[in-house]
Amino acid sequence: METANSTNYFNSHTGTRWTSGFMSWITSTDHKRIGVMYGFTMFAFFFLAVCIGFLIKLQKFYPAASGWEIIPPEWYGSFFTLHSVIMIFLFIVPGAPAILGNFFLPLQIGAKDVAFPRVNLLSYWLYLFGAMMAVVGILLGGADTGWTFTPPYSVTTRTISLFGTEFDSVSWMLTAAFILGWGTILTGINFIITIHRMRTKGMSYFKMPLFSWSIYAASWIQVLATPVVGISLLMIVLERVMPVGFFDPNKGGDPILFQHLFWIYSHPAVYVMILPSMGLVSEIIPTNSQKPIFGYKSIAIASCSIAGVGYLIWAHHMFASGMSDIASIIFSFLTFFVAIPTAIKVFNWIATLYKASIALTPPMLFALGFVFNFSIGGLTGMFLGSLSTDIHLHDTDFIVAHFHYTMFGGAAFGIIGGIFHYFPKMFGKMYSHKLANATFALMFTGFNALFIPMFVLGFYGMPRRYHTYPDIPLFTNLQQASTIGSWILVTGVVLMFITWIHGLRKGQASTEENPWNSSTLEWQTASPPTLYNFEEDPVVTRHPYDYEAFRAEVKAGTSKGARDE
Amino acid sequence: MSDQAVTAEAFHHHDEEGTRLGFWLFLFTELLLFGAFFIVYGVYRSAHLNDFKIAAESLNTGIGTTNTIILLASSLTMVLSLNAMKAGRIMLAKSMLLITIALGTTFLVIKGFEWNAKFAHDLYLQTSGAIAAGKGSPLLTPGPAMLPDGQVLFYGLYFIMTGTHALHIIIGAVWMGIVYFWISKGSINPDNAGVLERCGLYWHLVDVIWIFLFPLYYLVA
Repeated sequence: METANSTNYFNSHTGTRWTSGFMSWITSTDHKRIGVMYGFTMFAFFFLAVCIGFLIKLQKFYPAASGWEIIPPEWYGSFFTLHSVIMIFLFIVPGAPAILGNFFLPLQIGAKDVAFPRVNLLSYWLYLFGAMMAVVGILLGGADTGWTFTPPYSVTTRTISLFGTEFDSVSWMLTAAFILGWGTILTGINFIITIHRMRTKGMSYFKMPLFSWSIYAASWIQVLATPVVGISLLMIVLERVMPVGFFDPNKGGDPILFQHLFWIYSHPAVYVMILPSMGLVSEIIPTNSQKPIFGYKSIAIASCSIAGVGYLIWAHHMFASGMSDIASIIFSFLTFFVAIPTAIKVFNWIATLYKASIALTPPMLFALGFVFNFSIGGLTGMFLGSLSTDIHLHDTDFIVAHFHYTMFGGAAFGIIGGIFHYFPKMFGKMYSHKLANATFALMFTGFNALFIPMFVLGFYGMPRRYHTYPDIPLFTNLQQASTIGSWILVTGVVLMFITWIHGLRKGQASTEENPWNSSTLEWQTASPPTLYNFEEDPVVTRHPYDYEAFRAEVKAGTSKGARDE
Repeated sequence: MSDQAVTAEAFHHHDEEGTRLGFWLFLFTELLLFGAFFIVYGVYRSAHLNDFKIAAESLNTGIGTTNTIILLASSLTMVLSLNAMKAGRIMLAKSMLLITIALGTTFLVIKGFEWNAKFAHDLYLQTSGAIAAGKGSPLLTPGPAMLPDGQVLFYGLYFIMTGTHALHIIIGAVWMGIVYFWISKGSINPDNAGVLERCGLYWHLVDVIWIFLFPLYYLVA
């Protein structure tokens, strides 16, 4: 790869005795290399899970009577479990912090690395090991519990491997999730200490870019919630290997207790998924509007209050579980509180766009797509947070659509937009904007065509996780529309990978530091960044989104702006 | 891409304060991990109050008290070791550390005897394979001799929680052994005693968890 400066992170490295090749990456403690490695690994898993999702939708193309069978009924549960476990545990929970957080958090706050570089590498190894275990476990045994592992089914199900022997893939996946959890916890601790201890001179908390704020909030959730789910998952493994009856009502146990322990983590975890993407959107929108973000402090505080309120609302996943009515009412009431900081962010992004000179670059398209999709996802969440409508919509395609609107249309669009935003900084190359725009068009259309019909299907009673459906015209038409949407979406995903690979191999090499003319600190270093990020420790004197001061600095030559301005 | 490879020094960033802060956060995650166990204990205790009382009476309070005293004493010797290290008295620090390891091991041995006595009374964690093969304990598997649900849950929780705690004791003791080796090598010294301090913090955490396990299992019968 042609590179501009002789000591960027591609040709020089830290913390390893290997000087070149694969080993110099896998043993490097450089946060930039670790971020890039996470990126390649996670998007490989992402693609695998997209392919499985494609098959699941293809299965729904014709109703039961047609005899259409892409996935045999007995394998259907394994397929959606595989899809959800990979997407959630291997991609969307660790995704944005591990890829872009690792790479850009130290750059944004002017640090040389994260606080504990070797622990950071250990996190990556734990991730890799856990991921291998999960994938091998599923492929050998095909667990069919869904990603929530809810007992008693997750305790009683016995899985048969592809080779016909019994293989306990549920225990494998649970152990894998436990190991992945420790990787996540260590990353969280690392980022918190990095933010507390390693901000450069002048970088006070309220001068930090908003992506760093969102990583900070998400890290606290990772640290404070993951241990609880870790131990609950291990209890399921114990129940399978050495049964005591903890979650078995026949033996005096309480299956609802597991759901509580599980959602105490897994509800806050959805904010681990979405907060960093919100942070990325908060970077992309002011950059492409060339004006200060509206309500900087309120966005930063909203990130933290989403993390805080997110702890108090877990049981809204359990309204249909038979838990007490009083608890349901309280949790439903509290659920609405999380809409407040979330809505504050959406309003702030839209207010930033007001009277701005908007540049519709590829990352900006994804950021606007995020705001659109996420608003739908958030508002349909209100339906599900209300007790009475939730009883009607529970366990239907409606909830699947809602979840994907927040997690794919929201979180994943944010990560992908973030990668398009930071691509020139990470690799010193620019991808083709034409391909990237086409990627967005396909993904946005395909995504909405896929999931809007599922809202309607769910409303009319199509249960989730069903292998097939009766031949009712309404169902058949909507299912087929949804499946056709999945084809468009998958084409978009494939084109996204083509855009990136094309950008890496044939993209215009560019040493331009700040192609989007962004005012935040990470754009002031070289592209790709030098070994220790900055030639000398930067000193911060102004607000991160103060574009007026930034333009004056560019004019005076003290900051680097876009060269064609 | 690495033809003109530049070998660079690893990034050295030593921030004792930050490391300590990070370690406290890690300790907090350990507390949360046990916290989930304590929630499970609390829920089942309230659901099966009588059974929990009956089962708890079968635990030997004398042994529990002895182990509590041993662990508290080991926390003291741990602190003495750190103090001696800070005062530059390496030999004293090393011997205090050795005593701590010995006390930890004694705790484990006593725990082992205690568990063994339970095994002798057909109380243990049995594998699903053994149950399926009909070789399960008559007290814990469905049958005429089976204990009430609450007592089975009590013993299950007892083995899992004290077992997880014992695992932490083992990790702590092994870590102390490594620290002892590093002190001998001189890489831990009065000017650089951070690792010893963090090892001590971990040991105190293990102690604190026992301080909660002890009354819940032995005293509130």
